Amino acid sequence: MEDILNAVVLLSNFVVVPALAYGSQLALGALGVTLIYGILRFANFAHGDLMAFGTMFVVMATWWMQGAGLSIDPLPTALLALPFGIAAAVAVSLLTDRAVYRFYRRNKSPAMIFVIVSIGVMFLMNGVVRMVIGPDDRSFGDGARFLIKVKEFREATGLSEGLALKLSQGLTIAVTVAVVVALFRFLQKSRTGKAMRAYSDNEDLALLSGVSPDRVVLFAWAIAGTLATIAGTLYGLDKSFKPFTYFQLLLPIFAAAIVGGIGHPVGAVVGGYIVAFSEVTVTYAYRKFLIYVAPESWRPEGLVQLLSTEYKFAVSFVILVVVLLVRPTGIFRGKVI
Amino acid sequence: MREVPRAPLCFAVMAGLLMLVGFGQSWSLALSIFNLCLISAVMALGLNMQWGYAGLFNVGVMGFAALGGVAAVLVSAPPVAEAWRVAWSDLLAAALALLASVAAIVAARRGIPPGGLRMAVTAFLLLVGYGAVRVFFDPAVEAIEAVDPAKTGFLGGLGLPVILAWPIGGAVAAGAAWLIAKVALGLRADYLAIATLGIAEIVLAILKNEDWLTRGVKNVTGLDRPTPYEVDLRDSAGFQDFAAGFGLDAGEASTIVVKLCYTGLFLAVLVLILVLAQKALHSPWGRMMRAVRDNEVAAEAMGKDVTRRHLEIFVIGAAVIGMAGAMLTTLDGQFTPGSYQPLRFTFLVWVMVIVGGSGNNWGAVLGGFFVWFVWIEAEPVGAWAMDVATAMLGEGSSLREHLLAGAPYMRVCVMGLILLLVLRFSPRGLIPDAVHRRAGH
Repeated sequence: MEDILNAVVLLSNFVVVPALAYGSQLALGALGVTLIYGILRFANFAHGDLMAFGTMFVVMATWWMQGAGLSIDPLPTALLALPFGIAAAVAVSLLTDRAVYRFYRRNKSPAMIFVIVSIGVMFLMNGVVRMVIGPDDRSFGDGARFLIKVKEFREATGLSEGLALKLSQGLTIAVTVAVVVALFRFLQKSRTGKAMRAYSDNEDLALLSGVSPDRVVLFAWAIAGTLATIAGTLYGLDKSFKPFTYFQLLLPIFAAAIVGGIGHPVGAVVGGYIVAFSEVTVTYAYRKFLIYVAPESWRPEGLVQLLSTEYKFAVSFVILVVVLLVRPTGIFRGKVI
Repeated sequence: MREVPRAPLCFAVMAGLLMLVGFGQSWSLALSIFNLCLISAVMALGLNMQWGYAGLFNVGVMGFAALGGVAAVLVSAPPVAEAWRVAWSDLLAAALALLASVAAIVAARRGIPPGGLRMAVTAFLLLVGYGAVRVFFDPAVEAIEAVDPAKTGFLGGLGLPVILAWPIGGAVAAGAAWLIAKVALGLRADYLAIATLGIAEIVLAILKNEDWLTRGVKNVTGLDRPTPYEVDLRDSAGFQDFAAGFGLDAGEASTIVVKLCYTGLFLAVLVLILVLAQKALHSPWGRMMRAVRDNEVAAEAMGKDVTRRHLEIFVIGAAVIGMAGAMLTTLDGQFTPGSYQPLRFTFLVWVMVIVGGSGNNWGAVLGGFFVWFVWIEAEPVGAWAMDVATAMLGEGSSLREHLLAGAPYMRVCVMGLILLLVLRFSPRGLIPDAVHRRAGH
């Protein structure tokens, strides 16, 4: 019995908790991608760099606050700095829309032109982030490290396996729940939210009903910028801030959005957790887990790892391909792309 | 017909820019840039076939280029006999296990009608097959990587002349493209984009981590060269006389001559591919390709097999990109998986094609030249501009130092700006696709 409990704790510690946190970050990112896809109808390749851009401002504001002695210990200062990052990301999103995307929207350019344009925006943001803060790893987390420590957990339960919950992980999950609830309430109840859903569903019908396209697009960018910054900051607190990793997050984020059904907000959230759990379960080494649960004679010699962690991108890709073959609309019947 | 004189003019400007580097900086540098311009042009030609001829959105250029690069290693590196000796039996067993599982899956999929059962059986066989291959493969890998890891630790290549790697690199990339196309083609463009983005990352992950094949991040250096070595030239009496005839010292002359050799080889490849590409574009096949691109539904209604055409062009384009990748590794003389960055190897090639003029082969070549030139020269120019702009901050100012350190990334911004400006004000590129216009657009 104790072995089983130990095994459960072990899995929670190394699979469930990290995957929940990572999944939340992906869900927030995928929500942004899916919103832009639903409203503006293109896959925004600049989203990863938008995340890096917003987070960069959070990092710089955090440093400034740390220097000025501002702190909300035990919570990380970055939370206090978050509004600055959000403001910057929203501002730059609206600016690029005004300067770049609006022209193609008015011309009714095909979706692929938008995608190529977003690659141009990606280059710009990428360069700006590297020029301002550099390409290296930056740490900006402070405050308490853990909500639950391994040692305390062991002492409290008497098990030999411990469970740790980092503050950043707890924070990620809590913030994600709050943000997702707020966003869904907004989309379901508010006038603008309803207009956005109507516009995403059927543009012509929405326009005929008096929905203002400029307002819908404005809100879509503002929300995407906000979500991108929150997702980027939480990811940075949980792991670390490095511009290139944010670019690489693009793939799992797209996978999450497509698995759930692109253009579908609930799908994006579910997709985020699906991708995260698949990635973590496939790259976890089950050796210790099997030692607990399997009979003595079955003890594995190797690590019992299906894929080494370097191949985690393969997981996103395989999920993409499977969805594409089995159910191209995604789980929640989003748009077919 | 306004655009006819535009192409020669653009190329003349490009030549002028390279001359400027020659006179202003050095001829050796100008040749280095020119060589990479040639490779970039080949790469851009490959992508132009996929995007410009057929409208296939391939964001996995990096992956195909890297496959070409690894082909250069596998063809030209000397074989490591010791590694083969310790591992051949396990490798053979692993290969047999792989073949057996593939055969089992194919048989199962033939025998069972489509549905849940077939999918479950396929998944089960996949898992069992994967396990069986790993049983033999893991010890083989361990044995191979233990063979003198500081120098080899991989199987090595075939020890053939590196120039053979160019077509072989193209073939390897084409094979990979065929597999990808079988899965991902026939879908809307953005899906293909995201799928190819994933493929490129996976290819890179494999090349970085499968040390037994590529030495991974330990890199393979000192690859065979298709040109003479500078040292040999410098030491030969005949060459010293030859250099003296031009009033150059033997050291400088030797680097220039070696670079010129590369230039000749690359130029030959570029001309060959360009001629073939032009011929193909203006053949009935090319016309059909453009018809498919411009209106898939109409082409399909005319009885054209759209998916089949897409498959063809995707594979051909990937082959050209792979060839360029092999040429690049040959020029570098080493294979460094860590140096493959999506920005440089995928998106920069996209900028080349868009800026040059998608659908037009001459445009792709010009785009390759121009964008590569800007990419290289924006770095010193950016550093210089930043230096001037921040001079008033005074020496030792920390802000100035920070800005100077960031200056190299200015070229990334410049690329974005060029792409956005071209898309906005000249969306069909520097040399627009003229045939397209004559066709009545």
